[in-house]
Amino acid sequence: MNPTSYLVLATILFTLGSGGVLLRRNALVAFMSVELMLNAANLAFVAFARMHGALDGQIVAFFVMIIAAAEVVIGLAIIVMIFRTRRSASVDDASLLKL
Amino acid sequence: MIAPSIEYSALLPMIIVFGAGVVGVLVEAFVPRRFRHAVQVILALAALAAAFVQVVRLGGTEIIGAVGSVAIDGPALFLQGTVLVLAFISMFFFAERRIEAGGNAFAPAASSLPGSEEERVLVQQRALQTEIYPLSMLAVGGMMLFPAANDLLAMFVALEVLSLPLYILCGMARRRRLLSQEAAMKYFLLGAFASGFFIFGASFVYGFAGSLEFAEIDAALGARVGQEGLLLAGVGMMAVGLLFKIGAVPFHAWTPDVYQGAPTQVTAFMAACTKLAAFGAMMRLFYVGLGGIRTDWQPMLWAVAIATMVVGIVVALSQTDIKRMLAYSSIAHGGFILTAFVAVDELAIAAILFYLAAYGFVTLGAFAVVTLVRDAGGEATHLSKWAGLGRRSPLLAATFGLFLLALAGIPLTSGFVGKLTVFTAAFQGGAMPLVIVGVLVSAVAAFFYVRVIVLMFFSDPAPEGPTVAVPSVWTTAGIAVGAVATIVLGVLPGPLLDLAEQAALFIR
Repeated sequence: MNPTSYLVLATILFTLGSGGVLLRRNALVAFMSVELMLNAANLAFVAFARMHGALDGQIVAFFVMIIAAAEVVIGLAIIVMIFRTRRSASVDDASLLKL
Repeated sequence: MIAPSIEYSALLPMIIVFGAGVVGVLVEAFVPRRFRHAVQVILALAALAAAFVQVVRLGGTEIIGAVGSVAIDGPALFLQGTVLVLAFISMFFFAERRIEAGGNAFAPAASSLPGSEEERVLVQQRALQTEIYPLSMLAVGGMMLFPAANDLLAMFVALEVLSLPLYILCGMARRRRLLSQEAAMKYFLLGAFASGFFIFGASFVYGFAGSLEFAEIDAALGARVGQEGLLLAGVGMMAVGLLFKIGAVPFHAWTPDVYQGAPTQVTAFMAACTKLAAFGAMMRLFYVGLGGIRTDWQPMLWAVAIATMVVGIVVALSQTDIKRMLAYSSIAHGGFILTAFVAVDELAIAAILFYLAAYGFVTLGAFAVVTLVRDAGGEATHLSKWAGLGRRSPLLAATFGLFLLALAGIPLTSGFVGKLTVFTAAFQGGAMPLVIVGVLVSAVAAFFYVRVIVLMFFSDPAPEGPTVAVPSVWTTAGIAVGAVATIVLGVLPGPLLDLAEQAALFIR
């Protein structure tokens, strides 16, 4: 199996995700972009697993999903806490720690 | 189908610590509030001590367990033991209750709004934050797994398991809660971003090698021609994830903000232990898995090492906040360790192991001293407030001076021996330019560490300066252990150096 097209798609998703983290000002959207990056990695893992005819890449995808879920729990807790305090989820407003 | 065999005795230290984390969560649910703090502290300390005893008993073990995903060997055991000792001392600082009248350094309920009625009532009731103990146990478990992880998946899981509790711990400060929450959000977003790079890079390396295990990746390095682009892209992105955890330039931007905003006890814990675990993981990945293409990754790490040392020290010079200053200094120390990292041999591994242990004790002690210098708003971290501290409380200032001298690398402190060993290893590994940069940068660094000492001892105290809190026996004991370790490792480094040399062999 030739994984090239899957890899191109994964790379596009990853680029979109990392671009989103860097460019979007809303913490929730930035966080969603991180999840997109993880899913891009999942796609690449599954494509490579198919290419190698091995299962371990698909197992990694499961683990990454579970970790992403754990990350959501923690990330939303932190972002909601900040939102309740400041009434804003913009990463630009959180700038007390600049020198 | 055959059930996989798990080497439980070799994994026992990690199982104990993770188990204590899980039991700690149950303690939160079932033990009445007034006993909870005592139970959690005893549980945490007992688990760390038991795990340490088991690590010592495992000394000399060399096995790859858990179906190839965890390697228990010299470096792993050395780093696990060090993490356990450092975490044990960190728990002393977490358990301190005298500095903040009627509480510890953490918000009674992290979910309560800063300045709200709910928070006020909880403070009045002297409610104690006890969730920090299970959270830190889970983080310690991740830190023990990270340097032992022997495949890409275990390494990613360990990376997340150690990071996720730390994100929360950073946001739990009792005072200056907005700063603390902001630090948590920055650490979380950037940390998740970096681990995204790590796992995407791991997928490329997997695609190249067809296996997750480091030994098989190593075997595939020479065998597959024409796919080097895939491999190198993967290695580069994995390096981003690991260098982020180490706080190496250019992935250091989070360090000063998080170190400053997090509760100082947590800063001490994470500055000492995260760096240690991350270097352990990085050594295993790059030496065991990717040792065959070292000529490809060495130039990248050369550049990172130089940038890390120079940027860390130069920016530290202009800091006015003591926690930010220590943060930049910790970035620079990551650079010093990287100089030995590029000289892939046993001497370098031993040097890095020793440096990490020595640096851990110094950092714990230095940040613990910061928790004691206080004014009405909490910790007085602005440098100008530290003026004349040596006249008001000579002992505390002298202890902090000792830690600063160790960070500067003055002889008779552990910092000197550490720097000497890493620079020797780098020199013998042929990284002469790195050694020259390192020595020059150390000279500049000595200037700003000594500047703080001069400020403490030879300038007049500010009229409304901070007071020095009298801590309970917890913090006193923790700082004392840090100071004693700093001197002992400086005067008699032999035993620990020997141990590091014996441990400096990765199992493949």
